[in-house]
Formats: sequence, C-alpha cells, structure tokens
Amino acid sequence: MADPVPLALRCANLHRYLGQGEGRVHVLKGVTFEAQRGQVYAIVGPSGCGKSTLLYLLGLLDQPDGGEIAINGQTMSNSDDAARTAARGAHIGFVFQFHFLMLEFSALDNVMMPMRKLGKLSPAAMIERAHALLGSVGLGDKTHRLGTQLSGGEQQRVAVARALANEPTIILADEPTGNLDVKNSAMVFDLLTRLAKDHGQAVVLVTHNPDIANRCDLVRPMRDGVFV
Amino acid sequence: MSPNLRIACRFLTAKKRAMLMSLSCTVLGVGLFIVTQATTSGFEDFFIKTILGTDGALRIQDQIQDTLRSMNGGAGSDFLFSHRDGVKYIEGVEEPKAVISALREFSNVSGTSAVLRGNVLVRSSFKNESAQVFGIDLDEHLKVSDLNHQIVQGDLSTFREAPTGALVGKVLADRLQLDVGNSFLLDVQGQLRRFRVSAIYETGIADVDKARVYVHINEARSLLKKPIGVTFIQVNLFDKNRAPQDAAQMQEVLRHSASPWQEREKAWLSAFRALSVSSAITVSVFTLIAGLAMFNTLAMIVLEKTKDIAILRSMGYERRDITQIFLWQAAIVLAIGAVLGALVGAVGTFAVSLIPLPINGIFKTETFQVSWNAWHYVEAVLTAAIMVMAASIIPARRAARLEPGDIVRGTAQ
Ligand SMILES: Nc1ncnc2c1ncn2[C@@H]1O[C@H](COP(=O)(O)OP(=O)(O)OP(=O)(O)O)[C@@H](O)[C@H]1O
Ligand SMILES: [Mg+2]
Repeated sequence: MADPVPLALRCANLHRYLGQGEGRVHVLKGVTFEAQRGQVYAIVGPSGCGKSTLLYLLGLLDQPDGGEIAINGQTMSNSDDAARTAARGAHIGFVFQFHFLMLEFSALDNVMMPMRKLGKLSPAAMIERAHALLGSVGLGDKTHRLGTQLSGGEQQRVAVARALANEPTIILADEPTGNLDVKNSAMVFDLLTRLAKDHGQAVVLVTHNPDIANRCDLVRPMRDGVFV
Repeated sequence: MSPNLRIACRFLTAKKRAMLMSLSCTVLGVGLFIVTQATTSGFEDFFIKTILGTDGALRIQDQIQDTLRSMNGGAGSDFLFSHRDGVKYIEGVEEPKAVISALREFSNVSGTSAVLRGNVLVRSSFKNESAQVFGIDLDEHLKVSDLNHQIVQGDLSTFREAPTGALVGKVLADRLQLDVGNSFLLDVQGQLRRFRVSAIYETGIADVDKARVYVHINEARSLLKKPIGVTFIQVNLFDKNRAPQDAAQMQEVLRHSASPWQEREKAWLSAFRALSVSSAITVSVFTLIAGLAMFNTLAMIVLEKTKDIAILRSMGYERRDITQIFLWQAAIVLAIGAVLGALVGAVGTFAVSLIPLPINGIFKTETFQVSWNAWHYVEAVLTAAIMVMAASIIPARRAARLEPGDIVRGTAQ
C-alpha cells in the first residue's frame, strides 16, 4: 500500500569502500534501511562494524560507492554538493560521535549556528528557541559557557540541542548518550523520543547501551557492514 | 552581523598571535608603501615646483618660418635662421605683443612674460665671469615664476625702483664677491654699462644661479641693441599637466615653437620616473610579505579548524560560506591593517620630513622632501588588498573543498 507521506529516510543496497590501495576495505556491503516519521530506530553492533560510516552516508556527509539514498522521498545519492548541503541544513540534524561543538563558541552560539544559516526565525526567536532547547537538555544555566568550558557530557547535550535547532525531519545521532550518566542519558533519550512522537520526526541513533536500544521502536543489529 | 562574519571574527580572536603577525605585516606593508611613495614623489614634486618656479610651464620662442617667406629670402629680419626637425625657425619672437595677446586667448594661461636674453661678461672689481642677462618686466615675470620667493638677500622693491638695478644669482654673486648695493659692469662686445645689485636670488638650480643676471627689459634692450622683439615668452599655466597639449596647440596657432616643461626637463623627469618605478617594486615586496603572512595565518587556521568546518558543513553551511568565513578573516585583518598602516604611513612621512638632508644643484632643500597625497594612501591600501586577498583565496578555497566525510574520518588532506 502506497503511503501518502513519503518515508523520511530510505536507503537501498549501500556500498562504501574506505582506504586506498592495499588498505582498501569494503566497509558497507549492501545496506538497506528505512526510517519512518514518528519512530525511533537504534542501530547496534560491535565496534568497527560500520555504524558511523552508515550514519555519515545517511546524513549526506559522505557519498556512497553504490546504492541509493532518499530523504523525504527525494533521491540524494546522485545530487550535487549544493543540494546535499541544503538538505542537511533543512531536513537533517546530526550529532557526531566525537568532537561535538565548535569550542570557541558559547553553547548558545553553537545551538544558534544552524538557525542563523537557515534564517527562518527572527534573531529574537532564535535566541528564545536556543534557550528552550538548552533548557530541555538540562543546560539552561550554562548557555553562555564556551565549548571549552563544558564537560564532555555537557558538550554532547549541547550537540543534541543543536541537532534539533532547525526542527529537522530526520535526526541522526552517533552514540548521543555515550558520555552521559544514567540520569542524563534518560533525559536526552526521552527528549528524542518525545520529539519523534510529538513532531513526527524520524530518529536514528547508534548506541552500545542495551537499555536505550530496548526502548527504541526498532532495533537494527549490524555486523561486518550489513544488517543481520 | 552575518553568521559568516561572526564566525570569522571568532576564529581570528581565537588565534591572536597568528593574527597579530599578519596584521603587523599588513600595517608595515601599507605604512612603508606610503612613506616610500611620499618621499619619492616628494623630491619629484619639489623638483617640478623648482623648475616651474624658475622657467615656467611653457616657453614660446623661435618663429616657425613660412615656406612662402623663405622663398622670398626672409625679408629684413636681423634674427638668425636655424633648422630643426626639418622645420625652419627664425630665432626669437619678433612681435611679442601680438603673440602675448594671442596667448591670453588660451583659457589655461595664467601669466606671460616676455624675456630678452643675451650673453654678457660680468665685470666686478674682483674678477670677470661670463653670464647671461635676462631682460624682464618684473611684475609680468612674477606671474610666471617664484622669483619673489627665491630672493635670499636684498629685496625686489629695490629692484623695481632702480632703473639700473639687477638681480644676481647666488653662485655668480659669490664668485664675483658681489653684495647687495655693489655695482658691476656688464660687457657686451666691448660696450659697457654699469648696474647695481638690488638683490641676490637662489633657485637651487646650479646652472641658473651661476649664470643669470635679471635686469629691466629696457636696460637689456639698450645693452644688447635689440630695440624690438624678445628671445622668448615665458608662460605660466593653471593646469601644469596640460602643458604638452597646450604647447602643441600654441605652436599650431602662434607659428612659434612652444616647449612644455615636461619636454624641457625630460632627462631629470625620467630619472625621477625610474626612481619611483624602482621604489614601487621595492614597496610591492612589502605588501607581498603581508600577503604571505596572511596566507600562512589562514592556512594554519584552516588546518586547526577542519573539525569546525565539518560541523558547519553538517549544519547546512555551503562551500561558499566556508570560503566567505576565511575571506572575511583576511578582510578584517586587511581593514584594520589598512587603517593602522595609513596612520603609520602618515606619522612615518612626517618623521622623514624632519630628517636633515641638504641638497643643492638641481633644487635647494635642507630636509627630506615629502609629498602629502591622498592617492598614495589609496594605492597602498589597494596594493595591500590585492596581495592579501589574492593570498587568502588559496587557503579559503582549500577549506571549502574539504569533504565533511573525510574530515570526520580524519582522512582529509
Ligand atoms: N580511512 C579508513 N580506511 C580504511 N578503513 C577505515 C577507514 N576509516 C574507517 N575504516 C574502517 O571502517 C570500519 C567501520 O568504521 P566505523 O567508524 O563506521 O565503525 P563503527 O561501527 O562506528 O565503530 P564504533 O562503534 O567503534 O564507533 C572499521 O573497521 C574501520 O577500521
Ligand atoms: Mg562509530
């Protein structure tokens, strides 16, 4: 049955090789994946199986060597840099596994950065929204701290807030709770699930935490470059 | 403030030392450019002022001989014939009044002075020197020269009131041991006339100061036995730079040769030209260094900020934005550098103008000559802008070409 609302994210038969010459590795070996709005997906698997590599492809930060990616029904795998950049800004919120923030900027500046580029809100509305987002990750009192003055976990939470800034349809988060204690992991995870339910966003997260994985709508285990 | 400019400012302030380095290179480049241009053109301008103040912008002399008249044999003129460039000339201006009234028709002409010149022997009680006598009408001549500013002893009013007064060049006066008030004889082929030194002038041009004696034109006429006609007409112009065009037109209309100062002083002017070209090259090297420093700083910031570039790109910032962020950094350094450099240039120019440097011979000065010209500042800033921005394009584009995927994997080169 045809769905009137296109899938937030769809990829088919993705291949990705990394490295040069002798060191060339077939990292992704035909990955097929779909994410619907309003659902939270967990990708799990051993270290080195290709989870981050897949997420970069889905986040249009990298280009596949084979296969197809569609964002909101639009095929992006063959489009040019400008189109992929625009899609990243408008539809995708990305949380990196490492180095989350621009460290010379305050938490508030970091969260406002994607909004300033998109330019949809007035400056006052941007500030208000940034404050609200930082509040929802428990950093309402540290909005003016520079990235360098925040702990790893705090940086990670700012990065989550930033990924939500432009209300993207797809949120891709690479171990967003990796550096967090139980309480803060729960807070970030609850925030992401609430968004998925309330705003119909598709959330795809990579996690090593079985508790988190179990609370997701769907868990996709991955091994050696393919879903199993 | 645009998001890109905001990011650029923050990147720069986070890298203070590198930024100060390229900033000081820019300040130095702009400042040295200005000082060098100010001194080079300072001397050139001063030279031009001296020659214009002595011999005027234009000189009308030697009538061009009509072909018809030459076939008739140049009736009844005691002026000499000469050939130049295939054109026949009759030496001197036979009818200065007519020529002057024609000159007045040119809108650019600000003054004219008819001058009768001849070779004389100056005899003082001490010794004899050969020289040239210049018969002038003082008031007319003051309109085409800076004679009033060139007087170093005595004064012009004495000369104006004394029919046999004379203005003697400083070098000549020294050689003859003449002082203001002393009398001397002018000898033209054995005919002697007595004159009195009314004032001593100094132009700084050695060839003038050792050879010219100015007397009233009527005295010169009787001395040289030239009741009519003059040797040349010295012309001053409002716009001195138009002298060559005016000269060409005057030559056409007046049928007399007209030589503009640019042609008259060609040798010196081209020496100055060569000097300013060579200093422009030196000075471009300074701004080149500013460009290299900027290149270095930006290349460093790009290397250190690759992760930030990846984050920005992941948030929807385009390649163009990344280029802009880095070009903004260069532009900020350039803007601050230009303002500070202009200040340094102005202060430096002033300081140089105080340096004692006595020069005599082609002009007379006691200190370094500088010229205050807004164009030097514009040129300096433009050159620095071209150098700095050109040097910034490479790192900025490099930053924009980085693939976010390569950066996050750490395989970006
Ligand atoms: N530049 C590279 N050249 C060759 N192989 C690479 C390169 N980068 C990564 N790989 C390999 O690709 C595989 C997948 O890496 P990826 O980062 O996607 O793993 P991951 O599942 O995210 O692991 P982790 O859970 O530790 O984050 C790894 O085996 C890694 O060794
Ligand atoms: Mg990973």
